[in-house]
Amino acid sequence: MTLGSRHARLWLGLAVGLVWFALLLFPLLGITPDGLTLQATWEVLKSVVLAGVAIVGLVSLSHLPAAGGIRRAVGAAQAGTTAAAARVPGVVWAVLMLAALVAYPQLVGRYGVDVAVNVLVYVCLGLGLNVVVGLCGLLDLGYIAFYGVGAYTYAILATQFGVSFWVCLPIAAVLAAVAGACIGYPTLRMRGDYLAIVTLGFGEIIRIVINNWMSLTNGPNGIISIPPPGFYALVFDGGVSLEHILLRKLDQMYYVVLVLAVITVIAVRRLNFSRIGRAWEAIREDETAAELMGVNTFRFKLLAYAMGAVFGGLAGAFFAARMKSVAPNSFSFIESALVLAMVVLGGLGSIPGIVLGALALIALPEVFREFEQYRMLVFGGAMAVMMLVRPQGLIPATRMGKRGEDDA
Amino acid sequence: MTHAHAHRPPLLELKEVDACYGRIQALKGVSLKIFPGEIVTIIGANGAGKSTTLMTICGVVKASAGSIVYDGSPIRGVPPHALPKRGLIQVPEGRRIFPRLTVMENLEMGAYLRRDAAGIRDDQEMVFELFPKLKERAHQHGGTLSGGEQQMLAIARALMGRPTLLLLDEPSLGLSPLFAKHIFQIIRTVNAERGMTILLVEQNANIALQMAHRGYVLETGRVVLEDDARALLHNPEIRKAYLGE
Repeated sequence: MTLGSRHARLWLGLAVGLVWFALLLFPLLGITPDGLTLQATWEVLKSVVLAGVAIVGLVSLSHLPAAGGIRRAVGAAQAGTTAAAARVPGVVWAVLMLAALVAYPQLVGRYGVDVAVNVLVYVCLGLGLNVVVGLCGLLDLGYIAFYGVGAYTYAILATQFGVSFWVCLPIAAVLAAVAGACIGYPTLRMRGDYLAIVTLGFGEIIRIVINNWMSLTNGPNGIISIPPPGFYALVFDGGVSLEHILLRKLDQMYYVVLVLAVITVIAVRRLNFSRIGRAWEAIREDETAAELMGVNTFRFKLLAYAMGAVFGGLAGAFFAARMKSVAPNSFSFIESALVLAMVVLGGLGSIPGIVLGALALIALPEVFREFEQYRMLVFGGAMAVMMLVRPQGLIPATRMGKRGEDDA
Repeated sequence: MTHAHAHRPPLLELKEVDACYGRIQALKGVSLKIFPGEIVTIIGANGAGKSTTLMTICGVVKASAGSIVYDGSPIRGVPPHALPKRGLIQVPEGRRIFPRLTVMENLEMGAYLRRDAAGIRDDQEMVFELFPKLKERAHQHGGTLSGGEQQMLAIARALMGRPTLLLLDEPSLGLSPLFAKHIFQIIRTVNAERGMTILLVEQNANIALQMAHRGYVLETGRVVLEDDARALLHNPEIRKAYLGE
């Protein structure tokens, strides 16, 4: 393709995109109680047109021959940094990253920590769902149910029986795994679209049960005044005593969820590269062929379901402790869809991708707050653009992103 | 060839096996025997039930009647994943390799049930010797191989499980004549040198009958003829129906 026609295509694409956007925007902003108006649409459209022209202009400039020199220089600098980065062992990066994460609450305000806690919870959820969707290839639209099971496990055990958070964590994980196995047992005989629909149904069943089981869950009112996690510490003031200290501060909760997220990352990584992970991948690639190789596909699919549920359950228990209250409407289908979007946007099967996906989908709506009532519109647009530009995910897993000819 | 094996018990025997896809009966009373060390071929037109026969032996399609005995014990109702351990391994139709696993990982999956690391390494050397092309491409994704190379990988993957009885479903499908010839040479080699028993389903009746010891002819789910491969090859009716004369 010649340079000229490539430019023409770029600008044409921009024009089509802007017309499409204008047509979408007009009914939203132009139809008012006082009649039709172009004013509001134009206000928004103006900035979008400017931004679009600026971006496409920069892109086509960078393709001009004159820009070749600059591009080469940038490319060389990039290659240099990548090479330098490659010389540093991975452990160093992990330690640096961890140090940054540990220091993070000291550097930002309460709002920043709040967003970070949210992101980390969704990192756990995304990685858990990744075991089911990314590794084993089972589309699960009801994943948030396990989050709900974990949350209610802690909420009920803590408020009714005064069980400590740390004891509840493994209980929540086990109960979520049991729920996963119960749902998986009848449904995993199905494949593809059918499985997706049935998981959607089961997700709703769990939410509706929580909503209606008044005596256990207090129904739609939810459970309130859930205690935060605590621990026993030796206190030295005028003699030694053992005291129970509750982690009431958000910063402290941040460290709890950070530990949970790190454990999840390590666990999912180890699963991925184990014999079990290999069997899951074989099932994802071709279930019948995997079975003919001697993989007990039913058992491995059930295991994937239960393992995925474990991480959802852990995240749920933390969620209950952090919010200090739980209600059924936190576990609706839209949450399942959001987690699935993180996994797909980030890159199926890719741990760094999913971490980034969670960051993007939680942090972006915060960044877009200045768009006020158009926030979700812009957010949806951003998701669509991300999928168009990088259909294989933000950071594709090495084996997922490649297409036929890449290797040859 | 039949006579040489007549005194030994068959390695695999199907007696009056029926199988259905939903309400359509795909196999109607199929009986066949395979003796140790043989290459047996099933020929027949599209939809005659050749692939269904293999899938029924492996338990992927459930037999609705009849008996299937492998190595002296009945295997009807045994789940498919329990058979590779006993040395009954299928190379399914259409290759069905794992496209996003590397060639090496595909081979590892073939040996999934085995725990003898040394034996697995030996077999890896063996398949790389049989298929040098796969060694060159060991770290490439299965999906990036050409059709012929994928067929090699599918066979190599099955060999990694050390089969006693290897079921091959249309190994020449979609391959150039030259490639198909190469694949059949390999099949003959593993049969002759390793004594591997082979059940071969083929549409290319000519080449299948040339290399097999015995053959069965399947028509609409029924065995209509069984004989020595050479006799079938010279049977005027077979020549007319399946060899295009």
